[in-house]
Amino acid sequence: MNLTMLLDMAADGFGDRIIVGDREAGLTAERLRGLAIGAARTVLDRGADAIVHLEVNGPAFPVAMFAAAYAGVPLVPVNYRLGTDQLTLLLAGHPGAYRIGGDGGVEAGEFLRAADTATGEPPDPLDPAAPAVLIYTSGTTSAPKGVVLRHENLVSYVLGSVEFAAAGADEAALMSVPPYHIAAVSNVLTNLYAGRRLLTLHSFDPREWLRLVRDQRVTNAMVVPTMLARIMDDPDLDRAVPTLRALAYGGAKMPPRVIEKALSEWPHVDFVNAYGLTETSSTVAVLGPEDHREAFSSADPLVRARLNSAGTVLPTVELEIRDEEGVVVPAGVAGRIFIRGDQVAGEYAGVGSTVDARGFFDTRDAGRLDADGYLYVEGRIDDTIIRGAENIAPAEIEDVLLRHPHVADACVVGLPDEEWGQRLAAVVVPVPGGEVDPDEVRAYVRDRLRSSKTPDTITCWPDLPRTPTGKILRHSVVNGLTSTP
Amino acid sequence: MKLRAGQQLVSAVDTTKMIVVRAPGEEVTVTCAGVAMHEPTSAAPTGVEADPSQLGGVVLGKRYADDALGIELLCAKAGSGTVAVNGTPLEIQGAKALPASD
Repeated sequence: MNLTMLLDMAADGFGDRIIVGDREAGLTAERLRGLAIGAARTVLDRGADAIVHLEVNGPAFPVAMFAAAYAGVPLVPVNYRLGTDQLTLLLAGHPGAYRIGGDGGVEAGEFLRAADTATGEPPDPLDPAAPAVLIYTSGTTSAPKGVVLRHENLVSYVLGSVEFAAAGADEAALMSVPPYHIAAVSNVLTNLYAGRRLLTLHSFDPREWLRLVRDQRVTNAMVVPTMLARIMDDPDLDRAVPTLRALAYGGAKMPPRVIEKALSEWPHVDFVNAYGLTETSSTVAVLGPEDHREAFSSADPLVRARLNSAGTVLPTVELEIRDEEGVVVPAGVAGRIFIRGDQVAGEYAGVGSTVDARGFFDTRDAGRLDADGYLYVEGRIDDTIIRGAENIAPAEIEDVLLRHPHVADACVVGLPDEEWGQRLAAVVVPVPGGEVDPDEVRAYVRDRLRSSKTPDTITCWPDLPRTPTGKILRHSVVNGLTSTP
Repeated sequence: MKLRAGQQLVSAVDTTKMIVVRAPGEEVTVTCAGVAMHEPTSAAPTGVEADPSQLGGVVLGKRYADDALGIELLCAKAGSGTVAVNGTPLEIQGAKALPASD
């Protein structure tokens, strides 16, 4: 149950298939294994205790991931966009690491050349309970924490959700999220295990994404919602994607406008909404292609609403919704999402495991299940606004705002208020060419929710501050609203 | 042997390696070509030979299961022996419709 086992299986099963990069010049599974073993030798020769990857996504990333596994050290993918202070602090936590990228690190090409020339047998297999990957959370709600993912967590996820060698030789996946995101880690493993070539796009641009899909005959792709919005919103793009068969998305809330447009423009594509956290080794719930088509074509509002859901949980995962006292609530009642399963790590560096006595991990996400088991995720518990005595999930109001025909993006935050404790402030981004009348939008929300959930103010901004992986930076929204003269 | 999910079992008589995906509640005997399989960390039994009547082989990446027993093994390295539990060969499983998201 080691990541190297997955690579060994791939190299034994389809060693001469190109599995990383360009369809002619890319790496075969056998070559990937050779480079990973060589790189592991290089890392061990330096006496390193981790591999820090501080680079954009590219062929060096899968090599580094498996090199770390062969060397028995964790891979630590770090956000190369971090500010100097944050980066210095984070790197100080890994003084003995072999570092790819950044000032003083080994450049990615040099890393691959060193791997190519290193010789020696693969090191002995290591303990499956050893850490495979350490990912720092984006820290949108608190200081970044190092999430520990052990070999057994990641391998359980792969074995539970992918059939070995199931991809056709013509299949290629395009990954557009950066390597310090859990989806980039899990995609390296799942595509390799399926036998699907993995391509990466390191600076997302809708035109470049579409060009790559066509030129490289991409069949599968993964994006965050802001990327799909940029592809769908630009009126001047040629959006023909004849080879694309499946598009997965996740990481943040998908605006209904965007997914509905994508479903009508690309009827031949299978859409998959994946919900998961770094702490759960990626996906734990999936809204599949048939769910998308059924919801999109249904006149039943309950079925149609599923387009906004995270689908149903994987068969290998258990999910509970609990109230504030920790009691499991029935379908239809909102609460806190807890998850259990072999892929669930729930562990932080320097803290240890945070799962409860029954093995469940507290996602700190609010949500509910419907009568048919569809999961609706209602945002982070930490983002809850308390107005008067009422707990208000910003996501509920944002969902309504995003259905307004002139609203492209929306964020609701609580601002300090003498009378209510917190008042509701919404920031909206108008659709291109659209106009937002704050009073009209407030009336729109009041008609669909109730007055206590109607934003007290609505402010128009040209854009919302988001992380590169699409998560709203709510603190920045609050600061922007309160510092305006 | 009492199995646990994630455990590896190797053959004493050929290259076969199996991973436990689903473990049954009770103790079972897993054999390859009629010879008990063991964990890679423990010593292989000596003086054993493959049973020539149990050379059906296992295919890399395929799952082998017995639903009544509640056992499922994944082949991580192919081999020539038949993998059996308590004397009954496991059945090869068809490709599962897995809810892959990536």
